[in-house]
Amino acid sequence: MRYEAPTTVDAAVEFLASQSGDCHMLAGGTDLLVKLRSEMIEPDAILDIKRIEGMKDITAENGGWRIGAAVSGAEMNEHEALCAAWPGVVEAVGLIGSTQIQGRATLAGNLCNGSPAADSVPAMLAADAIVRIAGPGGVRDVPVGEIPEGPGKTSLKANEFIASIFLPERPARSSDAYLRFIPRTEMDIAVVGCGVSLQLDESGKVARARVALGAVGPKVTLVPEAATAIEGSTLDDAAQAALTAACTSAASPIDDKRGTIAFRKHVAGVLGRRAAKIAFERAGGAA
Amino acid sequence: MSQIHVTTSINGDQTEFLCEPDETLLDVLRDRLGLTGSKEGCGTGDCGACSVTVDGRVVCSCLMLGAEAEGHDIGTIEGMAEGDKLHPLQEKFLQEAALQCGICTPGILVAAKALLEHNPAPTEEETRYWLAGNLCRCTGYDKIIRAVMDTAEDMRRAS
Repeated sequence: MRYEAPTTVDAAVEFLASQSGDCHMLAGGTDLLVKLRSEMIEPDAILDIKRIEGMKDITAENGGWRIGAAVSGAEMNEHEALCAAWPGVVEAVGLIGSTQIQGRATLAGNLCNGSPAADSVPAMLAADAIVRIAGPGGVRDVPVGEIPEGPGKTSLKANEFIASIFLPERPARSSDAYLRFIPRTEMDIAVVGCGVSLQLDESGKVARARVALGAVGPKVTLVPEAATAIEGSTLDDAAQAALTAACTSAASPIDDKRGTIAFRKHVAGVLGRRAAKIAFERAGGAA
Repeated sequence: MSQIHVTTSINGDQTEFLCEPDETLLDVLRDRLGLTGSKEGCGTGDCGACSVTVDGRVVCSCLMLGAEAEGHDIGTIEGMAEGDKLHPLQEKFLQEAALQCGICTPGILVAAKALLEHNPAPTEEETRYWLAGNLCRCTGYDKIIRAVMDTAEDMRRAS
């Protein structure tokens, strides 16, 4: 196995293009090293992207935030302006693993690992995040929802990698939230996860919402019916009930040791409602 | 396989080593550099027995390649005492018997030291969350948490 740590995007793309075998990207390594050591993968090469310029940066850009592919969860949670702008995305990343894992794990890695239960992905999908992918033809920007294709599968090609993730500018009176259910208080994989991002109009009604569910299908699911259920409302009881029903109905989970289908569908509705209330309050909405 | 030459700083000492591309930092520390204080518990980042700091940030050395250490400052349990003078956390763990078999202790001390540097006055809840990635199968955690909280108080009073 080869280990390469280029310092430019071009050098990384060139290295990827030169590889005929199996090459894996390394950012935080919290998934990759586990797979490597358990021999789930036996790569011919590992490409460490951490020395590439910009990969460790959180940068303000056109009113939004660009997060380099190697920025850790701890670095995001320590960034005050980012926490203020996108509290839901930041809290979702912060739920991944322990302090030690937070020191290394990245938003981009969580997305590339392709787990349907990845905590940050519903939050990013609700946030309309845009993924910047580097490849032989230069960089291209893709909505985050187009990356996951199923458990462990993404739409990234073998000669491409994620360079950064962009959280766009949003109007005043906007916020977001992420909640997950796990059977303990910490250090577990989501049984259900839900991200909600919304903006309020001047009268305090929900002008636009995005609701995304994790761990209740082969990939993270956007639930437009749940967004429609609360748009135009002040998140009153009727709107909350409609959102809850939409989330429960949209969830199509499997039965496994962490939760039954009936339980997960129920919890999807509960978390959708609670996350929407948190996002609504953060956006300045009056209950 | 061709070995990789790595230059790094370990506990403040500039250190060079050769390692295989797929060799973890934990294996480098233990097998090549003789720093056996960091333990391998699970090897999958769940137990925290291999905790070290990289540029001051606590990570699992079993989930990091040795090659990634190039140019970084690594801190291990061996760098915690100053000569014969134990760190206040180490003193307190002995005084309050915050350990039994001791396998998890180096990782817990490294993580607890990082906590107190990050937050000199943690609440019990913050301490428990910070150390949630350090598993101990002997103590039931109570003495560990109490020792960390008591050290924090001593260090605040001393400063």
